[in-house]
Amino acid sequence: MGTSETIAEGKERYKSGVIPYKKMGYWEPDYQTKDTDIICLFRLVPQKGVDPEEAAAAVAGESSTATWTVVWTDRLTACELYRAKAYRVDPVPNTGGDTEQQYFAYIAYDLDLFEPGSIANLTASIIGNVFGFKALKSLRLEDMRIPVAYMKTFQGPATGIVVERERLDKFGRPLLGATTKPKLGLSGRNYGRVVYEALKGGLDFVKDDENINSQPFMHWRDRFLYCMEAVNRASASTGEVKGHYMNVTAATMEDMYERAEFAKELGSVIVMIDLIVGYTAIQSMSRWARKNDMVLHLHRAGHGTYTRQKTHGVSFRVIAKWMRMAGVDHIHAGTVVGKLEGDPNMIAGIYDTLREPVTGQNLQHGVFFDQDWASLNKVMPVASGGIHAGQMHQLLHYLGEDVILQFGGGTIGHPMGIAAGATANRVALEAMVQARNEGVDIWNEGPRVLNNAAKWCQPLQAALDTWKDITFNYESTDTPDFVPVETPSA
Amino acid sequence: MRITQGQFSFLPDLTDEQITAQIKYALKNGWAVNVEFTDDPHPRNTYWEMWGMPMFDLRDPAGILYEVNECRKAYPDHYVRVTAFDSSRSWETPRMSFIVNRPKEEPGFGLIRQEQNGRHVSYTVRPYATEKPEGGRYR
Repeated sequence: MGTSETIAEGKERYKSGVIPYKKMGYWEPDYQTKDTDIICLFRLVPQKGVDPEEAAAAVAGESSTATWTVVWTDRLTACELYRAKAYRVDPVPNTGGDTEQQYFAYIAYDLDLFEPGSIANLTASIIGNVFGFKALKSLRLEDMRIPVAYMKTFQGPATGIVVERERLDKFGRPLLGATTKPKLGLSGRNYGRVVYEALKGGLDFVKDDENINSQPFMHWRDRFLYCMEAVNRASASTGEVKGHYMNVTAATMEDMYERAEFAKELGSVIVMIDLIVGYTAIQSMSRWARKNDMVLHLHRAGHGTYTRQKTHGVSFRVIAKWMRMAGVDHIHAGTVVGKLEGDPNMIAGIYDTLREPVTGQNLQHGVFFDQDWASLNKVMPVASGGIHAGQMHQLLHYLGEDVILQFGGGTIGHPMGIAAGATANRVALEAMVQARNEGVDIWNEGPRVLNNAAKWCQPLQAALDTWKDITFNYESTDTPDFVPVETPSA
Repeated sequence: MRITQGQFSFLPDLTDEQITAQIKYALKNGWAVNVEFTDDPHPRNTYWEMWGMPMFDLRDPAGILYEVNECRKAYPDHYVRVTAFDSSRSWETPRMSFIVNRPKEEPGFGLIRQEQNGRHVSYTVRPYATEKPEGGRYR
């Protein structure tokens, strides 16, 4: 670890001109972090010739008080407090040599740099200017430690896992959902048919897709009206609480509120928004949802543009953290086994971030800091994208029971129809939960459990036959940097 | 129709042995098992009648199964469910809930539509059974 090169406060420090960030006070290797600090971990690649500590100091500077040159007006403030401090730089394991050397830079920010309860303000600093910074070849925000003092200024999930389950009267098993397909083109009447069949067959929820808003083939009021007919009919034919995520994503907040109010008026238990509406709109909708007893579903549309590549952007773990603070109740968070990106270790880290009261450091899962969630509600992760009944044991093994499993194609594409597809999924799920609770080793015995249930459930047999060999085995791009090394036993 | 509330309603009715296995799972997790019954299966009828209090101090699965069966004997024409409560911080809620008894005939629910302005419809789900007074249903 280097030593501080900070020029002492005084005339010399504030001479007009340009001095390295390290000398300005943004690199403090001896800094002792405070319990109230916000701590960020960045993965950075400096430009050729820039030393990593200077690069880290530059990130600290540009994400807090600095500009490119010295300004005397710093001296009007308690500037040492407001400066973020890079305090640790480590080479990333398994980088360098033939590949580009990456570094992990730890930066601490004082609590007073941020507005209480505002994701917009937090992110405007942390990911504001620095990502375009020329001295860096690339930058990625890997993780953040939010102090309890700041966490408590956020509402958190409007409903949370516990209350959602109580409202739905559904305990002890993952919830089941599906996204209506085709995602575009159905009229309101045809769309509601899919919703009805899937709910009647055994699903708990059906969902609008991220890009279903109010298009020429189906305007939003029409969709809401037909979907609520479907939801209520299905509720009456099963005796269960059912729901359809009404996507209220729209061009303006006014439109979103109007749509959400209509969904409420019609008796929907849940509304939905897309990540692309932005952090402020998400916080607004969360507040609305809390006020109106509504579960708030978030589709993470767009996140792949900045979460997927390891050397650029923001890790999805951080997005998940921000979304729990912003206050969504559901968020799509990966399936491990489906068609979308998801290394099992990284998914475990993301799920823990969403569901645990305290998330402990776990480098193998990509979790760099202990995080106390200060009693913020738990977020229900949603697993969707290319999953089917035949993977039920793997899904339960990887994802646990507080998750929504969404089988879109795996319900609607069933050879015997949508309701049969839903029944196949529900039977597979209940049989697997039952077996797990009985102590069966579902990881190994799962296929046998499914085959036994398929003997009396024809739709499940048909599902297993149709999708038996479908897997998506591609290498993940977002993978852990730390792998466990076997230590010799004493 | 078959009401599909609870964790295992899509499976064939659980045997005593299977119920015991689930009770063991609840006990292993430190949850308190409760038996409840009702003849109003409306999806939003939260408060079924309690068959005594949750069995916080009974850790013997056979003893709990005995209570389940006593309740079933007393209310053969009712819905009976087993619920497991988790008192640990951050949960403090049921963690399991499954039906272990149901009436022989389940007439299900009617859907009452009240047409309002525009195309707005207000929906009411009504169990056919509740047209009769409590205690006199499913006979």
